[in-house]
Amino acid sequence: MGISRRKFLKVTSGIVGGGVAAELGILNVDTAAAAAKAGKVPIKSGRQIPSICPYCAVGCGQIVTVDDAGVIVDIQGNPDSPINQGTLCPKGAATLQLVKNEQRWNTVKYRAPGSDRWEEKSLDWAMSRIAELTKKTRDANFNEFQDMPDGKGGTIRKRVMNTYALASLGGATMDNEWNYLHQKLMHALGVVYLENQARI
Amino acid sequence: MGSNMAECHPVAFRWPLKAKTDHGAVLMHVDPRFTRTSAACDVHVPIRAGSDIVFLGAIINHVINSRRWNEDPFYREYVVNYTNAATLVNPDFKGTEELDGVFSGLAPDGKSYANASWSYQRNPAPGKGKGGLGPFSDLLLQQLPGRPKTDPTMQDPHCVLQIIKRHYARYTPALVEKVCGCSPEQFIKVAQTMLENSGREKTANITYAVGWTQHTVGVQIIRAAAMLQALLGNIGRPGGGVLALRGHATIQGSTDIATLYHSLPAYLNMPDGRKKHDSLKDFILTEAGPVATSYWGNYPKFAVSYFKAQFGAAATAENDYGYDYHPKITGDHSHMPMMLDMGAGKIKGFFVMGQNPAVGGQNARLQRKALAKLDWMVVRDYFETETASFWRNSPEILSGELKPADIKTEVFFLPAAAVAEMEGSFTNTQRLLQQHDKAADPPGDARSDSWFTYHLGKRLQAMYRDSGNPLDWGIRNLAWDYEPEAKEVAPWRIKDEPSAYRVLKEINGYTVADGKPLATFANLKEDGTTACGAWIYTGVVPEEGKNNAARRKPDEWISPNWGFAWPANRHIMYNRASADSQGRPWSEAKKLVMWDPDADSGTKDPAGNPVRGKWIAPSGEGIDFQPTKAPAMVGKDAALGFDWLSGNDAFIMRADGKAWLFAPAGLVDGPLPAHYEPYESPVANRVYRQQSNPVAKVWRTEGNVYHGVADPKYPIVVSTYRVTEHHLSGTMSRWLPWLAELMPELFCEVSPELAAEKGIRNAGYVTIVTARGEIEARALVTRRIKPFVIDGKKVHEIGLPWHWGWQGNAKGDVANDLSAMVGDPNVSIHEGKVFTCDIRAGRKGGRS
Ligand code: SF4
Repeated sequence: MGISRRKFLKVTSGIVGGGVAAELGILNVDTAAAAAKAGKVPIKSGRQIPSICPYCAVGCGQIVTVDDAGVIVDIQGNPDSPINQGTLCPKGAATLQLVKNEQRWNTVKYRAPGSDRWEEKSLDWAMSRIAELTKKTRDANFNEFQDMPDGKGGTIRKRVMNTYALASLGGATMDNEWNYLHQKLMHALGVVYLENQARI
Repeated sequence: MGSNMAECHPVAFRWPLKAKTDHGAVLMHVDPRFTRTSAACDVHVPIRAGSDIVFLGAIINHVINSRRWNEDPFYREYVVNYTNAATLVNPDFKGTEELDGVFSGLAPDGKSYANASWSYQRNPAPGKGKGGLGPFSDLLLQQLPGRPKTDPTMQDPHCVLQIIKRHYARYTPALVEKVCGCSPEQFIKVAQTMLENSGREKTANITYAVGWTQHTVGVQIIRAAAMLQALLGNIGRPGGGVLALRGHATIQGSTDIATLYHSLPAYLNMPDGRKKHDSLKDFILTEAGPVATSYWGNYPKFAVSYFKAQFGAAATAENDYGYDYHPKITGDHSHMPMMLDMGAGKIKGFFVMGQNPAVGGQNARLQRKALAKLDWMVVRDYFETETASFWRNSPEILSGELKPADIKTEVFFLPAAAVAEMEGSFTNTQRLLQQHDKAADPPGDARSDSWFTYHLGKRLQAMYRDSGNPLDWGIRNLAWDYEPEAKEVAPWRIKDEPSAYRVLKEINGYTVADGKPLATFANLKEDGTTACGAWIYTGVVPEEGKNNAARRKPDEWISPNWGFAWPANRHIMYNRASADSQGRPWSEAKKLVMWDPDADSGTKDPAGNPVRGKWIAPSGEGIDFQPTKAPAMVGKDAALGFDWLSGNDAFIMRADGKAWLFAPAGLVDGPLPAHYEPYESPVANRVYRQQSNPVAKVWRTEGNVYHGVADPKYPIVVSTYRVTEHHLSGTMSRWLPWLAELMPELFCEVSPELAAEKGIRNAGYVTIVTARGEIEARALVTRRIKPFVIDGKKVHEIGLPWHWGWQGNAKGDVANDLSAMVGDPNVSIHEGKVFTCDIRAGRKGGRS
């Protein structure tokens, strides 16, 4: 799957040159024709499952096709969606390669402190180690009270029930349901460094 | 403005194009770069990055002094009834004209504002309300302010319209030319087109993206757009509004159901050690007090129901619904300070899920070095991201600056399921929740994100089960049961995925006694009898087994039966304003919501006769107003929420029911947008003596060095941006062969003028340098970028997409190694859209 450096350069200079040539090119889309055509894109046969594009916030509808063995074989735009009417942009159209990709890691990897390589581990081992570290870190660094400025130059003791030793940073292509569960658990543990791509 | 819609939100751009081809809409693009968006628009006006408030302020000035705006009764009716233009402001308020670029209330150290002088003039407080609403609501009733004073003629010098007139008087076409670098004619064309296309028969829309948000004045730029749209009568009406084009599949969902430090789900503030939040009562009174006369008057119901969802049966009135066991924030814990604190060794354990700060974070080098200070880190993703591999092959390792043996961080990589491999919902940029179904099991040990968090929670709960420590009350009593029904997992190999339906149902809310979903947030209670994770989503699961996010019946317009738009399937917020002060549509072309005086309201008067009159929407659009409040109805003074609001108070989430042209509260950097230069700027501020936002978030620390104003070492402006073919830090695109081949390598857009000055060759290498870092890229010499003449001085800009890193199939230097951590004071977003740099021909380290 790797692309050689040589091929990169070849493609790059093509793109750069093309960029200049296309500099004043006008995007001239016949939207009606595109929409009509989109409905006719051949979708590989199989069971069709409605989905949503995993990339941007436009929220284009997708149809995921699975074959008889239950394997995902195609991902196309959903012609029913009032948002995209069957169309997808280059990212949406490439979604199948995100799912079926030889470079995807399907096992747990572990890097011990100071080590220079990954090791394979079982999911169960990793989950119990992570839970253990989470508890240990939290318990050793939990603040019931903290002195806060009182606005008059002094301090006032406030109950804060938090820990500054744990932090969480999430992406914004992860389900609403995950966001809910994650904020709930993090708040239950006292985590305040809780952030998401949505900030930026 | 602030968006390259054609390339960054390509499919959405079909709709403006369709409006142009089918309906003759005029499309205008005001943006520093000429992009495919500009190519498809009728007008492209290039302005210098970071000068947007001057441009928008000048449109406001143009509009409110125009004949059309002063003579067409439409504007007056809209503005007097639906905005705070007529409201009187505290006579102590002083603006930028009087204080040379700052507002009254600036602290002596110049680092923060006190906003007391920005407040409204008010009538005396009302007599005590009658009570009996609930334990917290009754307390809110006791502290209601008097109604704001107004001057409906809008002549009083303290009224908002007059303040705005004075504030923007200096924002002239000549100033636009001086600061933005476009011609007065180009500016007038845009201003006049906006004005002429707004009114009774027509509406105009403003669309933006992170080109507006990623600034030290980001919030104020968007405020300026909202003010303009309110002045033009373009809010709450079809085809109008200010549309944010957000970047990720459910970035709206992760804002709504916030995994953000400052917010609880559904826009309740996080309990805060710096505020009077010492008990649930204090929390509610502090947060809801100032807004209790808006729909936020229901805050007690939202807050109590949140705590009931959090702690279930353990949350009781006696223990303040578990409030004492909930964490409080004590400062800014957002992304940038989080990474700085990590670098300082304060943070020990880190969960990074679907994020890649080693590439995507500002001053990314500093962020990578912070990762090396952790005790442990969990990364969940599809591929070995740069964040996962920072200890192995990051630039710092390759240069020998860091050695794996010295990095003590214990790293876990857990493989994640793809969207097609799990069930759940996304909220798109239009607030539309859409369900994606599960098509197949994820491979191997890959699991959904929800699986990870759910099972981590289960394990932790088991570990804490026997703890008698009161500090562990929260985790022990967390309501944490999302076991799937047998039929949900029957088709799948993985049997222990949590039930997405049960999670969504809890987000929606339910009655505690029988577990039945709530059909509407109007049914929430403040006595602990309802539980609700995020009140704005109520209605997505209106009854057991029904998921409105999975509705898939489109139609030709609003498609109310496609997914679910929060709140309550209202696609256009504040849509009461789509009708005039009598409740009639402004025009046939723009009708959406209207008052039908003859319709049966569904209620009866004391004599048992049906009460006539209600709001209707023939399109099926949800009505963003009290359904039976007649346009002429006057709100009660001693009342909360809808009862306080009058029939013309369309802006139901504002304490006065009006769109805020002047913001008496809610912003930390001033009640009106004023132009400040970016924190790093090649020029001095030509508008005021105050150079940059006085209260911007600044972190002067090792490794985060800033450039000076007009710094001779770094004279060139750089904007970072995205291309169509890649997604953010590239984790979801640089590994995909098609996308990697389409956009294989980092490039930098350079104008022919700058290229000639610096000897840069098209497709040759350039090195870009800041005080934070140095990267190399291929040069794309193009007339899409042009230098600006700013008050007689030539200012060069370059453009830099930022998707690349050292992993994946398409590799390149990390553009964010150049940027600094500096942020907007309201929301702590970074200033990625404009900072300064230098550029030279040739590769890093002097190679050519
Ligand atoms: S197909 Fe393109 S425009 Fe549509 S949601 Fe996906 S990334 Fe966005």
